[in-house]
Amino acid sequence: MPDANENKGLIRRFLDMPNDSVVKTVTVAVALCLVASMVVSAAAVSLRPVQQANSLRDKQTNVLEVAGVYDPNVPVAEAFESMEPHVLDLATGEFTDEFDIETFDQLATSNDPAIVRALDEDPAGLGGHMQAFRMIYILRADDGSIDKVILPIEGYGLWSTLYGFIALEENGNDIYGLQFYQHGETPGLGAEVDNPRWKALWNGKKLRDEDGTLQITVAKSVPAAGLEYYIDALAGATLTSRGVDNLVRFWMGEDGYGPFLERLKAGEI
Amino acid sequence: MAHTRKSQLVDPLIDNNPITLQVLGICSALAVTSSLKVALVMAIAVTLVTAFSSMFISMLRNQIPGSIRIIVQMVIIASLVILVDQVLKAYAYEISKTLSVFVGLIITNCIVMGRAEAFAMSNPPVASFIDGIGNGMGYGLILMTVGVIRELFGSGSLFGITLLETVNNGGWYVPNGLLLLPPSAFFVIGLLIWAIRTWKPKQVEEREYKIQSVEAH
Repeated sequence: MPDANENKGLIRRFLDMPNDSVVKTVTVAVALCLVASMVVSAAAVSLRPVQQANSLRDKQTNVLEVAGVYDPNVPVAEAFESMEPHVLDLATGEFTDEFDIETFDQLATSNDPAIVRALDEDPAGLGGHMQAFRMIYILRADDGSIDKVILPIEGYGLWSTLYGFIALEENGNDIYGLQFYQHGETPGLGAEVDNPRWKALWNGKKLRDEDGTLQITVAKSVPAAGLEYYIDALAGATLTSRGVDNLVRFWMGEDGYGPFLERLKAGEI
Repeated sequence: MAHTRKSQLVDPLIDNNPITLQVLGICSALAVTSSLKVALVMAIAVTLVTAFSSMFISMLRNQIPGSIRIIVQMVIIASLVILVDQVLKAYAYEISKTLSVFVGLIITNCIVMGRAEAFAMSNPPVASFIDGIGNGMGYGLILMTVGVIRELFGSGSLFGITLLETVNNGGWYVPNGLLLLPPSAFFVIGLLIWAIRTWKPKQVEEREYKIQSVEAH
């Protein structure tokens, strides 16, 4: 086998080269980078389906939890079939069938200019732009009427962007629940947004008063509008609480789901 | 240097601990010790990365050009860290959410680099692997100790299991909020170093200067 011999000779000769010669330095660098990149990309590609399934299941679990229909004994994917997904055009508050529901999630995280809108004011700390279309979920009662709507919300807290869902009753004004599924707030302080006792405070609160003014607030003391619009802020987490306050008020306001909520209230959905 | 396998594993626990003696890896020790579960996963991840990176670097040690040796070490360490991160995302999704950026920061953990440069570059692969495991465990031991103190007195629980019912949840224990913030780990680690050096005075470094008495005129 002359080929193998010649090959071996080449490798031998390479290994015997002085370590600091230019050829060896360059070859070692290139070979190492090639091997490392192959290992890393092989891992990334082969594990991606599992990772995507994880993050999808996590998100679906949160949608179910916030709507109060999560049951640990039922597989998430099965329970999730009761959720009716729609892609919402935030500006008009109408559903659009411009996008494929199946692939919308990927599009939504891509910052595609077709679906991103610049923001003049950015109280929720979204980085100066937001998506003009969002995927929302509707949970229907047995008779087919709307029971709850589940809307994705996000905004900046102290350290991180908080991603979550808010569930509203069919009138588009009463809050059923609020929950964050991803954030990086301080454990024990800001991360108490995950505390079930704090989350329970949201249940039954109202977004707007009778005049249609947005009154919901997360604050240290009860505002003039009254208790039904007030969530007690988290002790020791002023900035996270302020972030939650800002993001809820932003998403429930005119730039967020305002137009959709009006249509919901008027029974046009 | 006649290291026995056993001393390689045991020495870094107390006698030559990477955190308390060498004062390396402090940054991540501050960041991940507010809950034990996270500290444990971080300790395992660092141990694996240190062990395998030391092993691979040691296997290549006779061929690594001196001029790019740190880069070569970094590439190997970084690849392993990305691997760990990907595996966590796939099989321990909840924990990877809490660890978030800290897994990536293992790359800059001085312990990994320190063992690669100080030990793996001049020792055979198996010894380097065991050295990595030993140092990872030394790091983990301190992480867990700090984690127990911070989680127990900061959130009243261990591994997420409530031991002291906090006031927030209707109990009696008023948690110490400082312990949940990163600076508190400085105090805890400082006290640990003090305790260990009182126990083993050999670890106290010699002063680099001498105070000279000036004769009075």
